[in-house]
Amino acid sequence: MPKLTIDGKQVEVQAGATIIQAAEKLGIEIPRYCYHPALPVSGNCRICMVEVEKQPKLQIACYTKATEGMTVKTNSPKVLETRKTVLEFLLVNHPVDCPVCDQAGECKLQDYYMEHGKYSSRLVDVKVKKEKKAFSIGPHVMLDQERCILCTRCVRFSDTITKTSELGVFERGDHSQLDVYPGKQVDNKYSGNVVDICPVGALTDKDFRFKCRVWYLEKTKSVCPGCSMGCNITVEWDKSRPHQLKNGRVMRLKPRLNPDVNEYWMCDEGRYNYHFIDENRIEHPQINDQLVSWPKAIGEIAQEVKALKDAGRLDRIGVLASAQLTNEDLYVVRKLFKENLNGAQVDFRMPQVPGFRDDFLMRGDKNPNTVGALTILGSSDDAQTIVEKAKNGDIDLLYVFGHDLVKFFGKDTVEQISRKVKLFVFQGSNINETCRYSHLILPSSVYAEKDGTFANCQQRVQRILPAFSPLGESKGDWEIVSSLAQELGISIAYKDSQAVFNDIAAAIGAFGEMSYETIGDQGLMFKEINREYGKYFY
Amino acid sequence: MEKVVTRNFGTPNSQLLEVYVQNRGYEAARKALTEMSTVDVIEEIKKSNLRGLGGAGFPTGTKWSFISTTTMKAKYLVINGDEGEPGTFKDKYILEQDPHALIEGILITCYAIGSHKAYVYIRGEYLKAIAVLQGAIDEAYKAGYLGEGIMGTTFDLDIVVHQGAGAYICGEETALLESLEGKKGFPRLKPPFPAVVGLFGCPTVINNVETASCIAPIILKGAEWYAKLGSEKNGGNRLFCVSGHVNKPGVYELPNGTTLREIIYEHAGGILEGRKLKAIIPGGISAPLLTPEQIDVKMDFDSLRAIGTMAGSGGIIVMDETTDMVWAAMVAARFFAHESCGQCSPCREGSGWIYRTIRRIYEGHGRMVDLQNLPGIINNVGGNTICAFGDAVTMSIGSYVSKFRSEFENKVKESSYAQTNH
Repeated sequence: MPKLTIDGKQVEVQAGATIIQAAEKLGIEIPRYCYHPALPVSGNCRICMVEVEKQPKLQIACYTKATEGMTVKTNSPKVLETRKTVLEFLLVNHPVDCPVCDQAGECKLQDYYMEHGKYSSRLVDVKVKKEKKAFSIGPHVMLDQERCILCTRCVRFSDTITKTSELGVFERGDHSQLDVYPGKQVDNKYSGNVVDICPVGALTDKDFRFKCRVWYLEKTKSVCPGCSMGCNITVEWDKSRPHQLKNGRVMRLKPRLNPDVNEYWMCDEGRYNYHFIDENRIEHPQINDQLVSWPKAIGEIAQEVKALKDAGRLDRIGVLASAQLTNEDLYVVRKLFKENLNGAQVDFRMPQVPGFRDDFLMRGDKNPNTVGALTILGSSDDAQTIVEKAKNGDIDLLYVFGHDLVKFFGKDTVEQISRKVKLFVFQGSNINETCRYSHLILPSSVYAEKDGTFANCQQRVQRILPAFSPLGESKGDWEIVSSLAQELGISIAYKDSQAVFNDIAAAIGAFGEMSYETIGDQGLMFKEINREYGKYFY
Repeated sequence: MEKVVTRNFGTPNSQLLEVYVQNRGYEAARKALTEMSTVDVIEEIKKSNLRGLGGAGFPTGTKWSFISTTTMKAKYLVINGDEGEPGTFKDKYILEQDPHALIEGILITCYAIGSHKAYVYIRGEYLKAIAVLQGAIDEAYKAGYLGEGIMGTTFDLDIVVHQGAGAYICGEETALLESLEGKKGFPRLKPPFPAVVGLFGCPTVINNVETASCIAPIILKGAEWYAKLGSEKNGGNRLFCVSGHVNKPGVYELPNGTTLREIIYEHAGGILEGRKLKAIIPGGISAPLLTPEQIDVKMDFDSLRAIGTMAGSGGIIVMDETTDMVWAAMVAARFFAHESCGQCSPCREGSGWIYRTIRRIYEGHGRMVDLQNLPGIINNVGGNTICAFGDAVTMSIGSYVSKFRSEFENKVKESSYAQTNH
C-alpha cells in the first residue's frame, strides 16, 4: 500500500493505483480526455501530465503508478503551462462551432479552456478540414470528425466493452480521423454509450440532437424500468419549454455510475425507452368512456367490493398486479387485497416470452421489480387461473394493473372477460388494447413521477425519485389503492412513500432494517438472498 | 583500418552462402552454439561495448540480459530494418551485400537469449533487400544453419521476414511491434519495456540490422578486439551514411569517435565545388543541426550528446552555403508532419502547425508574430509525447530556427504580411 504526497497532501492507495486515482482519493481532479476508469489506458491526450519529483519530464497521471514516497505536483507552474499548451494543440484544428454543437455546456474542451486555457489564439493558418461532419455512423450515433480530439475512448469502448470493434482511427498526423471500418456501423445494443464517453462533440445522439441545450436540463436520479437489471440512470428533463418536444418533458436518459450494477453503462433499449412517459398517457379517470371524477370512480369500485364482502364472496375478486409497480405500490396492494379483503386472488406473473438477454446488462425479464413482487405478494395465487376464472364468469371484480391482457391472452378472451366480469378495472399509465375492454379506467403515474423502490435481479433494492409531478389527474398506484381502502373504511393511510417503505422494512424480513437513507443512491442488497428466485430470471 | 560490418562488401556474390562461408562465415555461430554458454555470449557482448546502432545507443549486451531466463513464455528477437530516418541508408547495404552476416548475428543472439523465432522487419520500399535476405535465409535453412537442430545441436530457430507498409513511425521499436502484430503502428506506453512485454506480449529483444551484423565478428575475434576499435565507451566501428553537398556521398565504415571533419573532408571528398559548409545533420533528420565551427566533434554517442545533438542513425546530411535554411527547415517539418503517427495531441497537431507556419514564411507570407510564436510552439511538442518523435520535432526543427534565425527574419521582412497578426 504505497503512501505518496500529492500537492502537499499525503494519501495511501492500493498497490498498482495510478496517480490520477490517488489524486481522486484526495478530491483532486486532474484533467483528462482519453482516460476513462472503465477503459484501458491509452495515454494519448497528454492533458493529465503532472510533475513527479526526480523525473525530468512531466508524467501522465493516468498511466504512471503511484509509488512509495512519491511526491507529485498537479498545479505547479510547469504543469499549468503544459496543460495550456496541450489545450492549444487540441483546439488548433478544432472548428470551435460551439453555437451549433450539442455538446456545448457539457464539453470538456469548453470546461478545461475556461479552467486552464484562456489564451488568445495564435493560429494564422487555415484549419485542417475533415470530411465527415454531421455524418450518421449508426442508428443512434452521429459523427463529426473535426470536433474529434482522437482520444479513442469510443474505439476502446467498442474494442473492450462491446467487443464489436466498429470504430478506428484512420490516416496519420493531423489528418487522423475517427471513423467506422468499411462496411460497419456503430450498431450494437450499447451504442449510445459512445456518446456519453465522448468528452467533446464528435459523437452526438440522434435522439437528443438539437432538442435542448444541456444547461436547461434538470436531473433526477432513478432506475431504468426496462428490465430486471435495474441499471442506475439519471432522468434528464426540461419542463420550462414544452414547445421543444410536443409537450414532452423527458429529454434523455443517461446511465448513472453504480459499480455493482451497471458501472458507467446502459443499453440502447433502456436509453431510448422514455417516450412513453409523455406519450399515449391516460390522464383522467373514466367509466365506460366517460370522464369522471376520482371520488366517483373510486366509489364505483368500492360499491362492488362491499357487495362482494357482504355476500361473503371475496374470492370473486381477482387482482392482476404487476412487476412494473414499486415495492410501495405492491405493499399497499397486499395490505388491501391480501390482508384486509382476505380471499381475493392476487398475482402479478404474466405468461411472458423472455426478451433479449446477454451476459452484460440486458435481462430477459423486462420488468424492473419481479423480485420485489415475489417477495411482497408471494406466488400462492396464479394469474392464469384468475384470467381463466374471469373468462368463465367466476370473477365479479377484475382489477388489472397496467397489463395488456390482449397481448397475453388474445382479443377473444379479453372480450369474453369484459362481458362476464361485472366490473373490469384497468389501472395504468398508458393506453393499450386492454383499456378498450375495461369498464373503469384509473390513470396512474409512471416511474419518473414516482418516489419508491425496485428490487433488481441481484435482489438489490434501489430507489427511484420523482422527476416531476404526475401528468393530468394521474396518481401513484399505492395512493389510488389506499384511497379505495379509505372508501371501504379500511385504514391504510400513509403520508408518503417513505412511510410505506418503513412499514415494508418492519413487516418483511428481506427488507429488514432498510430505510430510504440507507438505500441511498447505490442501493442495498436483500439481507438474505432467496435462491428460489433464480428460476424467474432469464 | 579493419572493417567489420562491411568486410565482405564488394566481394563478388557476397550475398551467397558459399562466398560467405569462405571468409569464416558461420564459424562464430558454431563457436557460440557448441563451445559457449548463453551467459558467456551475453558477457562477451557486454565487454565489447557494442551499443545499439539504430540510434539510441543502448548497450546491446545489457539489453539482452533483461530477458528473463525463467519465463515460461516464448521469447522473440526482432530485427529493426525499417530504416526510415532520412539520410540513412546503411541497413539497405548490409541486407543487400551481406545478408548472412545478419543471419549469423540473429542465430547467435537468439541462442544467447533463448529465442526460437526471429522477425526481420524491413522497410517496405527495400524490395531488393527483402529478396536478397529471403534468398539467404532459404540457403541457410538448406545448409542447416536455420531450422531444427542447427549444426548438430538441439537448438532450433526460424526467421521470418516482414515487409513494412511505409510508415516512418514503425521504426520506433514499440510501433514496430504493433505493426508486426497486425495493428496500426502506434508507439506503446512504457513501461513495460519490450524485454518484459514485447511482441505478442512476450519478452522481446529488438536490435538494429547493423547491431546484429556486428555480433558474429565479436564472438569470433573477441570482445577486446572489438572494443579497441572504437572510443572509450563506444566499441567498434560504425557505418556513416554521408549525403548532401559532398563530392563522394556514400556509406563509410569508420571507428566510433572519428571526427565529423575527417568524415566530410577526407572520406566524403569535401564539399561540392569547393563551396563553404553551412550546416550538418549528424545523425538522421531527427538530430539537431551542427554548424561549421562544431565539426571537430568526435562522432560517437556521448560526444555528440555533449554538444546538444545526437549520433542517431549515423545519417550525415551536409548542407553547403547555397542552402536556404528556411527551405531546409520546411522540408524537415513537412516530413515530421507527414510521419507523425497522430496518437499524442501535441505531436499530431503541433507537427502540422509548425510545418504550415514555416511553409508560409518560406512562401513569403510570414508575419513577425510567427517568429515570436514559432519557437514556443516547437518547444511545446517535445517532452510531452509517448515516444521520442515529439522530442525529435522539437530538437530538430528548433535547431533550424535558433541557429539560422536571421534567415527566417529576412524572409519575413520581405513579406507584405510582415506586420499583420492574423
